[in-house]
Amino acid sequence: MSARLANNKGEWINRAASVKFSYEGREFSGFEGDSISSALWASGEQVLGRSFKYHRPRGILSLANHDVNVMLTDGMDTNMRGDVVAVAEGMALKAVNTDGGVKKDKSRFIDSISPLLPVGFYYKAFHTPKRFFPFWENIIRKAAGLGVVNFNYPRITKPKLHEHCDVLVIGAGATGLSAALEAGASGLRVIIADENAQAGGSLGFDWAGGQESSTLREQLLARLAQLPNVSLRLGAYAAGYYPDHLIPLVSKAGMVKVRARSVIMASGAFEQPPVFRNNDIPGVMLGSAAQRLMHRYSVLPFSNGVVFTANDYGYRVALDLLQAGVKVAALVDLRERAEESALPDQLLKRGVKIIPASCIYEVQANADKSGVKSVTIASYDSASNEAQLHDKITLACDGVAMCAGWVPTANLLYQAGTQMRYDYGVHQFVPQRLPAGMFAAGRVNGVYELNDKMADGVRAARLALRHLGQEVAEPATVALAATAQSHAYPIVPHPKGKNFVDFDEDIQVKDFINAAKEGFDNIELMKRFTTVGMGPSQGKHSNMNAIRILARVRGVPVEQIGTTTSRPFFHPTPIGHLAGRGFHPHRLTPLHDANLQLGAVMTDVGAWKRAAYYQVPGLNVAQTVLAEVEAVRKQAGIIDSSSFGKIEVHGNEAALFLERFFTGRYADQAVGESRYTLLLDEAGVVVDDGLAHRLDEKLFYLSSGTSNAAAVYREMQRWQQIWQLDIGLVNVTGAYAAINIAGPLARQILSGLMQGLDQLQPGSACLSEIAGVPVRLLRVAFVSDFTYELHIPTPQASFVWQRVMAAGQGLGLKPFGTDAQRLLRLEMGHAMPGIDTDGLTNPFEIGADHALALDKPDFIGKRSLQIIAKRPLKKALVAFALAPGYAGEIPLECNLVIRDGDIDGRVTSIAYSDTVKRVIGFAYVSPQQQALGTVFQIRTDSGALVAATVVDSHFLEAQ
Amino acid sequence: MPLRLLKYALSKEYPGKRFFQAHETPKKSYDVVIIGGGGHGLAAAYYLAKEHGITNVAVLEKGYIGGGNTGRNTTIVRSNYLTPEGVKFYDASVKIYEGLSEELDLNLFYSTRGHYTLAHTESAMRTMRWRAEVNKHVGVESYVVGPDEIAKACPQLDMSCSGQAPILGALFHAPGSVARHDGVAWGYARGADSLGVEIFQNTEVLGIDVQGGKVAGVKTNKGYIATTKVLSAVAGFTPRICEMVGLETPIVIHPLQACVTEPMKPWLDTILVSGSLHVYVSQSSRGELVMGSSLDPYEVHSTRSTLDFVEGLTSHMLDMFPFLSNIKVVRQWAGMADMTPDFAPVMGKTPVEGFYLDAGWGTWGFKATPISGKTMAETIARDQAPDLIHSFRLSRFEDYELTGEKGAASVGH
Repeated sequence: MSARLANNKGEWINRAASVKFSYEGREFSGFEGDSISSALWASGEQVLGRSFKYHRPRGILSLANHDVNVMLTDGMDTNMRGDVVAVAEGMALKAVNTDGGVKKDKSRFIDSISPLLPVGFYYKAFHTPKRFFPFWENIIRKAAGLGVVNFNYPRITKPKLHEHCDVLVIGAGATGLSAALEAGASGLRVIIADENAQAGGSLGFDWAGGQESSTLREQLLARLAQLPNVSLRLGAYAAGYYPDHLIPLVSKAGMVKVRARSVIMASGAFEQPPVFRNNDIPGVMLGSAAQRLMHRYSVLPFSNGVVFTANDYGYRVALDLLQAGVKVAALVDLRERAEESALPDQLLKRGVKIIPASCIYEVQANADKSGVKSVTIASYDSASNEAQLHDKITLACDGVAMCAGWVPTANLLYQAGTQMRYDYGVHQFVPQRLPAGMFAAGRVNGVYELNDKMADGVRAARLALRHLGQEVAEPATVALAATAQSHAYPIVPHPKGKNFVDFDEDIQVKDFINAAKEGFDNIELMKRFTTVGMGPSQGKHSNMNAIRILARVRGVPVEQIGTTTSRPFFHPTPIGHLAGRGFHPHRLTPLHDANLQLGAVMTDVGAWKRAAYYQVPGLNVAQTVLAEVEAVRKQAGIIDSSSFGKIEVHGNEAALFLERFFTGRYADQAVGESRYTLLLDEAGVVVDDGLAHRLDEKLFYLSSGTSNAAAVYREMQRWQQIWQLDIGLVNVTGAYAAINIAGPLARQILSGLMQGLDQLQPGSACLSEIAGVPVRLLRVAFVSDFTYELHIPTPQASFVWQRVMAAGQGLGLKPFGTDAQRLLRLEMGHAMPGIDTDGLTNPFEIGADHALALDKPDFIGKRSLQIIAKRPLKKALVAFALAPGYAGEIPLECNLVIRDGDIDGRVTSIAYSDTVKRVIGFAYVSPQQQALGTVFQIRTDSGALVAATVVDSHFLEAQ
Repeated sequence: MPLRLLKYALSKEYPGKRFFQAHETPKKSYDVVIIGGGGHGLAAAYYLAKEHGITNVAVLEKGYIGGGNTGRNTTIVRSNYLTPEGVKFYDASVKIYEGLSEELDLNLFYSTRGHYTLAHTESAMRTMRWRAEVNKHVGVESYVVGPDEIAKACPQLDMSCSGQAPILGALFHAPGSVARHDGVAWGYARGADSLGVEIFQNTEVLGIDVQGGKVAGVKTNKGYIATTKVLSAVAGFTPRICEMVGLETPIVIHPLQACVTEPMKPWLDTILVSGSLHVYVSQSSRGELVMGSSLDPYEVHSTRSTLDFVEGLTSHMLDMFPFLSNIKVVRQWAGMADMTPDFAPVMGKTPVEGFYLDAGWGTWGFKATPISGKTMAETIARDQAPDLIHSFRLSRFEDYELTGEKGAASVGH
């Protein structure tokens, strides 16, 4: 059966392009432009999904992106919303969350046992006895959840764009278009966005049997097209509001982050369902959904329907139904009479029976609940809000259009901090105090009549322009709708329930009443207990009715109940859109390619890629590293240290800055001298160490390890903000490459390349050059006593590296990586901050007393050190060695030191040194165990205790 | 189907009773006033009544119960901390949690799923081993596992993390669990209420009356309440409450954000944390992925969400699970975390007589709810803190005796 109507002016479908697809194993066809739901409905298919909890059949509710019971999968994608996802050729669709197909869903029995599942039932059972809970939990977990995730779904990278505009208009209905036209006339940059595939909002479907709206829509769009400074974005929803008018527009193509100078919310309103028994049977839909079906997709919603309305909108819907050829069996009005008499007159003229002060008491479904068979209509006592059954009648029909009112689409307004008030004239929340630069117009503002909406759009645009400093005419005030657009209590109680408030979560009227009985009578608590509004539609059709029910239960006005907090996202937003391309910033040294050519295996050190070791054919990693170490100890090694932190402190007070920043003394440091630097935090905890090279009276060149460099520089900047010394700080980490040449033959290798080596004593620095390239030459002793560190301008790094490598040829010069470096420094007895210290280590504990100039007026952490110095030491870092020839399980870093069965400390560094021929390392122990020669116990991974002896940290010299 | 649900199906009148009474106006005086009706405050009230017979207690909640960080956290319960003091404390909490549904007769969906803290760098592996060693020593089941075991526990995980951060191993913590956070607050509220504790919602503390260095009463928007004992069990407002009694704390407030996806059928059975990628994730019993990240890097007293957060988090989620590209995030939110310098809480007595502090819960408060309630109740009842929370005393900051938990808490969850 085809329910497709004749060609309809402005329809979204392209009848020239037919689309074939399958649903639940059967073949269907629709047109390009159809949503999945409209294409299926056109083919007479009404059961489009099953509900989340009771597995009841569900069809179309809103066609406005909150039909969350119509979620489908095409095998790859899941939780696809049938009401808004366009149908595409070849789609093989299935409803999610069914057991054996949407028609024969085996879980449908749950509907009949629903009395066993009261609100919050899962809090009340399954936990005693405790041992059975995992069994029940497994069942509940499997029952919960919607679609199945396909683990082969590809990672999709969507671009992200940033845009700026003067006026951002959300919503391209009559209000938004008017606002955009008015704002656009000023010449400012305007973006107008709408989530629908086509602009016009309700102009495109709410016709009340006429054509005027459709014509007006075309006129407005034609005028908009004349304005080159106005950009219309369709299929793009405003996903959320973030501070300073940052609003991401999300479309299929990706996310555009719009930073607007002003925002006009013309987002309209969501139609709300009245609540009555079986208001969820396929065929029962919102009046605006029926209109969307007829006018967007040219599909008949049903052929013989009843309109159940609680406002005048239902009369407009009835006129549209008649116009499309639907037989309107009756219009049931919850109210005594319509506000506007012209509308009922039109219906009466066309023979529609209007039943006032009445309600649909219940819908009777056909046998398999796949559609409407009839409805029972009864009088409605508006004082008690009860149906009066004495005069009830039953009418055969195959569909119901529901109109009970509206909820302002104020999500972003709330997120922006708008204060809303409940207006008892319109019966909805309207903005009371808007944040600066935000404006609201149209239905979201409580303005409903078409001309008023357009005037309200103009008003909001003028306010926005004035906010932006433009001189425009005084905006005329627009009054709120003069009549109630929403019903104060469109709820029909029924002893048998199944009168749904929240379709996402299958929450019935009694669930709210019972939740309140149990003390959850605050709207936030009620939300959390009943889960109303927590489903994928986020309460778009349910929150307001929940508020109305709660207000009634508590006997207080609606505004005292308030609303739950609105949070991003307006519509659920794909992870791939939010993630975008995903960047992984990392830094390469200028010698990266040279390293790779030498067989370097790279490792991450902070953001840097560094060579861990240089692969040698035939050697395993451990052997490779030992060979690298051996080269440094016996001939010479070369390492790319370009990632080391390098900071220059310039200026008259450079020395003073260092005196305050580090623990040591620098005022009396001679030019050409290098001194140790130790940085603490204000609590006296060790943060970092390094060297300060005085290259000039007014220039200190600081070098430090890789990991902390950025943080240390940041900290320097912070303190300089406070101290305001006469200095400048320059982070030259990237401007200089660094190369260390270490080992007994280092000097010999370099001597042919540069001057000044002979005069350069350990612990000093000078300026030199290699083949005309200026070099900062440092004599350091980190990995070996014979180390020269060359700092070279980055562009020349590769050139110098090649020259040194060439000079080392024949002298056994080998590149070495960070693995060997760590072992080399251990052999040298250097503790490393971050490895041999932790978040609480003070300098006394690592024996760095020598680096503390406690008689200085001040330095960072000094006050804390003065207090700590008076207290007994709690732990001490000691160097240790395992017994010579030890062949057992070697402890690992962070294995614990155990004393009398309790934790005494831990190993921080450990390795076998081929140079020393022993396993050596650092460990924290209690002060009682710190004396040289003390034997302490380390517990290995397997639990064995290994004896270690405290030794002098100069492992090499001891050797 | 458990029989107790039959009661609901067969009763004519709905058999559910109020979880707690709707008290409007407080009495003139109480033995103990608890500021903050979150999990911690309600648990303290419950244990005061149950274990110490102190029932003349008022719990004052500015908003609604459980509406602060109790209802905003990502519900992970674990004890794999770094210091022996921390591990023992959180382990005691885990032990209570395991029997709490039965004790409170409310199904808290306490679900032990196992918890993996992924290590992508050698230095992270070191920290994992450290934690494992300390945990094992204290008798908590944590150990370092290799990539194979991780891949077996979560076969969907991209072990190379898109080639950007290959997983080297993990700290596996067997007792790691998730629970229904709201239920914890409601269960304690019901338990406390049934023992005589009075809970006041929409009741804001405006000042604390201190006379001669001793607490004398509390000023509220519902009048003055005389009391000699006040427990502050708030989050986000600790400095403000402490100001009322002239106390300074080293607490600073950072936002901590989280988000949740649409429900999907269960596939993620474990709780996963990656420090390097700043992600933690579990799948709720409703089927949603509950995800969080590190603290926001700035101090601000706000629960506003940022786009930045969700962009960064989702990008890293895709590194771990590339197939989630078209799974949708439904909602994001933020809480205010009371951060301490050592990432450990502040609990116990204070220099103001009768003013007790249960604060500094940063990103580790939910998991400590039962034990903090229990130990604070004992502290109030005996006017002396039990040994278990000695390391968390306020005076440790003056004494330079910090309890360094940063290594185990830096990705807040």
